[in-house]
Amino acid sequence: MRFMLLMIPHGYETAAPGTIPDDVDAVAAMMAYNESMQKAGILISCDGLHPPSMGARVSFPGRKPKVVDGPFAEAKEVLGGYWIIDVPSRAAAIEWATRCPGGENEVIEVRQIQEIADYPPEVQALTTELPSMQAVKKT
Amino acid sequence: MNAAPRDEASIHRTIEAVWRIESAKIIATVARMVRDVGLAEELAQDALVSALEQWPETGVPDNPAAWLTAVAKRRALDRLRHGQLAERKAIEIGRELDAQHEMAQDDFAEAVDAAIDDDIGDDLLRLVFTACHPVLSTEARVALTLRLMGGLTTDEIARAFLVPEATVAQRIVRAKRTLLEARVPFEVPRRHELEARLASVLEVLYLIFNEGYSATAGDDWMRPALCDEAMRLGRIVAELMPDASEVHGLVALMEIQASRTAARVGPSGEPVLLLEQNRARWDQMLIRRGLAGLARAEALGGALGPYALQAAIAACHARARTAEETDWPRIAALYDALAQLSPSPVVELNRAVALSMAFGPAAGLDVVDALVGEPALQGYHLLSTVRGDLLFKLGRRDEARREFDRAAALTRNTREKTLLLARARACTLPER
Repeated sequence: MRFMLLMIPHGYETAAPGTIPDDVDAVAAMMAYNESMQKAGILISCDGLHPPSMGARVSFPGRKPKVVDGPFAEAKEVLGGYWIIDVPSRAAAIEWATRCPGGENEVIEVRQIQEIADYPPEVQALTTELPSMQAVKKT
Repeated sequence: MNAAPRDEASIHRTIEAVWRIESAKIIATVARMVRDVGLAEELAQDALVSALEQWPETGVPDNPAAWLTAVAKRRALDRLRHGQLAERKAIEIGRELDAQHEMAQDDFAEAVDAAIDDDIGDDLLRLVFTACHPVLSTEARVALTLRLMGGLTTDEIARAFLVPEATVAQRIVRAKRTLLEARVPFEVPRRHELEARLASVLEVLYLIFNEGYSATAGDDWMRPALCDEAMRLGRIVAELMPDASEVHGLVALMEIQASRTAARVGPSGEPVLLLEQNRARWDQMLIRRGLAGLARAEALGGALGPYALQAAIAACHARARTAEETDWPRIAALYDALAQLSPSPVVELNRAVALSMAFGPAAGLDVVDALVGEPALQGYHLLSTVRGDLLFKLGRRDEARREFDRAAALTRNTREKTLLLARARACTLPER
């Protein structure tokens, strides 16, 4: 079962462009955490995200795309990064989240990734083209 | 203690999750103390029982892994103190343990954890090499590896392998006794025997994977879960032995094969052959990981081993967006290398197919003809199927028909038999 651990650091919604983690101890602790997942054979991938002030939001009022540059005044919770892990159970995913050396301001949301097999057959038929869109480029 | 109120069921789930994550490390740590993996496993189980008894009352401790490890170590220490022989060792470990506790309380927890972690890596390696020791039968190695390294229960292993629980329990008890009687040391094999011993470890992991891969719809979910378990264990060993090219090769092979899981079975449960699979259903995340693992194996230099070669072959298929885009000359070359490294009639047959796809049916038929009469392939319907297919493509229809008929008589799969008989009939139709 694959899960995404979504890191939501409060305060990141107002972080200035170019803000990157500079607390050496906190980064070292986080790296040790990542390494422990790697050594346990469960870490599929992980990334940190630049602050929303460097991003943009695209909405669809009247089903027409509308682009708003960050930061987003109304956003209370924004993503700071994520891990994708492959574990035998939801409890295991939660257990891994509890081990994160998270700060006072941080929340991790644990969400299961939908697999094709989770869909009913008729929906599966519609989604068969989806993975090919993520296909690796031929080398 | 964790602040959130949690009911007993959720505490049990947490304990199970912690156990699956930590049991191998706890067993490995204790095994280094008592030098007996069987005893170490029992002591670790005792710690688990204590957790099941106490945590629902006290709540889950802040560091559940450390709690379990400490309890298991205490039990081990008690055992050692009872044993006269190990007395000095016990005092030594007791001192070490006390010092660790003292330090942990003094905010040195992280430093200690880091130090212990290094040791744990070595202990885990010792554990996996012991569980896969050649003194044990293959079945025993598989069961013991899943039990000691994977933290699976006897019941889970039994369900995964479709055998009674008592059978697995007996296998594990016997395996532990065999290790004890054979005085198998708890250590990583020395250089000169490392290669052979590592091969045994990889063989066990691949067996576990294939058992899961052969699961069919309607099987207990523990069966397909074996694939995930084998990949997880493989990744652990890969982290423990980053310079061992074949470990990365095996992990890559398993990941690329697992990427096809959703595509290899049709709507009514029938198997779908590789070239006919809907590639849109291949799991690209696993493919990416598999290709990265293969690149790691290749980057280590030296000639690729059998697992890395098989991964490289699987990678050729994974890279092709359509069956027509498959790089058959490369696959033929890789099978050639594999045939030289670990020659087998089945590899030869695969090489023949690759050659025919790359250079035409005549090139493949030469190799297949050399396999006719091969004792290992007597009664193997795929030899006749492949030969029939190549003869058909060459316009030698009478011979092709005889091969398809023979293949149809040999296969036990009724769906396949129907298909082969239809192909035999097609050989008698006038050529268009």
